[in-house]
Amino acid sequence: MNTRLIRRMIGAAALVALAAAPASAQNLTGAGATFPYPLYSKWFDVYHEKTGIQINYQSIGSGGGIQQVKAGTVDFGASDAALSNDRLKEMPRRVLHFPTVAGAVAMAYNLQGFTGTLKLTPDLISGIYMGTITVWNDPKIAAANPGVTMPPAPILPIHRSDGSGTTNIFTTYLSLVSSKWKELVGANTAVSWPAGIGGKGNEGVAGLVRQSPGAIGYVELAYAKQNQLPVALVQNKAGKFVEPSLASTTAAVAAAADALTKDVRAPIANAAAPEAYPICGLTYLLVYQDQKDPARARALANFIDWAIHDGQALAESLDYARLPESVVKVNEASLKKLTAGGKPLMAAK
Amino acid sequence: MTGSITVAASSPEAARSLGRPRPRSAPWADLACHGLLASLAALVLAVAILILFETARGAAPSISAFGFRFLGSTEWDPVADRYGALPYLYGTIVSSALALTLALPLGIGTAVFLAELAPPRLGEAVAFLVELLAAIPSIVYGIWGVFVLAPWLRSALEPWLVAHLGLLPLFRGFPFGIGMLNAGIVLAVMVSPTIISLSRQILLALPGSLREAALAMGATRAEAIGVMLDAARPGLLGASILGLGRALGETMAVTMVIGNTNRISASLLAPGATMASVIANEFTEATGKLYLSALTEIALVLFALTVIVNALARLLVRGATGARRDIAGAA
Repeated sequence: MNTRLIRRMIGAAALVALAAAPASAQNLTGAGATFPYPLYSKWFDVYHEKTGIQINYQSIGSGGGIQQVKAGTVDFGASDAALSNDRLKEMPRRVLHFPTVAGAVAMAYNLQGFTGTLKLTPDLISGIYMGTITVWNDPKIAAANPGVTMPPAPILPIHRSDGSGTTNIFTTYLSLVSSKWKELVGANTAVSWPAGIGGKGNEGVAGLVRQSPGAIGYVELAYAKQNQLPVALVQNKAGKFVEPSLASTTAAVAAAADALTKDVRAPIANAAAPEAYPICGLTYLLVYQDQKDPARARALANFIDWAIHDGQALAESLDYARLPESVVKVNEASLKKLTAGGKPLMAAK
Repeated sequence: MTGSITVAASSPEAARSLGRPRPRSAPWADLACHGLLASLAALVLAVAILILFETARGAAPSISAFGFRFLGSTEWDPVADRYGALPYLYGTIVSSALALTLALPLGIGTAVFLAELAPPRLGEAVAFLVELLAAIPSIVYGIWGVFVLAPWLRSALEPWLVAHLGLLPLFRGFPFGIGMLNAGIVLAVMVSPTIISLSRQILLALPGSLREAALAMGATRAEAIGVMLDAARPGLLGASILGLGRALGETMAVTMVIGNTNRISASLLAPGATMASVIANEFTEATGKLYLSALTEIALVLFALTVIVNALARLLVRGATGARRDIAGAA
């Protein structure tokens, strides 16, 4: 290797080091959930244009996001499921949850020759996915849909085959409304399904539903809306049959505001408000309460502050349900708890 | 032919005189070349050993928690943190075996036609198209399986199978269109190009004198092909094992069409799951430590299965060539 080449390489390395030093304060990294990724990438774009701060996000899944937070390789993680007490204890330091938006899960179905809108009760949904209600003309389905004749076709329940936040929302809901489900199956990103067949991703479930007469499946509300799938009205805790929509999802979050103030990880499914859609959940950013680098910490806090206020306006255009004012307040309180090296970050606010 | 014999028989001086002058430092260059190639080969080995080591390390918590029960248990419950690999092991073996059962007659039949019967021009053209099939991404096969094959299976083939062969436990149950049969067919289509392409090459590489001798002995055309197939048996066996290897590890297309349930059913119409598909499905959102470890152990089991299949294939090929040598020795 000749000396000129070596000199040139040292020069290049110095340049890279110079360029990297100030950038490290302006660049944040995150990893995790895929469900909110379309919104997050929009947020990061808009925020970059506004402030020059670049945020790199890898949508590797909630599980991966939690691992990365634990390893300390990212500034923030993102997860569709709140961390359980056990998981929180495994973390090296205290972790705060920031709910960013809510998502709802819609029941899509394929009933040939059926016009009108299917109505489902919690018992029907758990019965179908338990494999105890197996035909569409079951008297229990007829009771919830008066004046409609159901075909005598077998019911084919379809679930997600991949681990997903959507499954977590759906099984959390079923565990809340059915003690039998809670005991035999439980809630998680993937469960041991008693019945039905699995499709990969929202598109896999929707594809199977669309193709198989008599099928029913659960998909993200955004996906169902964008693909105009027929979706069922679901009976909520107040006894009303509610259509899944952004408004009825935000209503469910608002109804859970008190519980969320006590513990931001509280499930929002099966809310008591009459206008609330029952099958929904929040997606979270996971951030260490005590940050190491004050400059990065301030950049992160500023971003979260922007996301829970101005960022909410972008949510609805991408079919995510925005946070109600009461839950934004919960986030504001959490932001004040953030510290860097023990010193509060946002005290002036 | 004669040229190669001359070179093989001649001394280094003769080789130099053939017009390939070597520099004086030839032994040094030879050593360097030897070292480089040996380290490249060692690298491949090292990667394989590292994969095995890392997978085993990741699987350790699951191995110590479940032991050998992992292979025999049908329970896969992330909520209760209890895992067993049997449904996936079963699904992998059945879907691959089904694929090979369908692909083998198709593949070898096509290869025989292309190598022995088709006009050479046509053979070349078809072989080119078949090799193109091998380059199609597996997700495209998966989409074909979901949107083309599944509706046909559901409305035509599966009801027919249930009506006519429903006495066999293989063909009982509700025709979903999605399930083990669909996965087997998609896999068969995916592995056929490999089998066809390799088998054709092997048949073409056989000396033409073999066929001529058979015909001269008064064999019919079909009998002559039989002689060729017999001579090519070790190679054909190798080709099918390569196809089987692809079927065992295929992930995306299978995940899309197999139905993804961890229930073992004797019926080919029922949904199932394979080891590769459960890893693809659940790895990204696996939030628990033992859960991740169990998925890693599945990868380890898949690794072991592949090694066993390949070792068996080696033995079979060696057996076949050995037998041939015996015949040659006796004659």
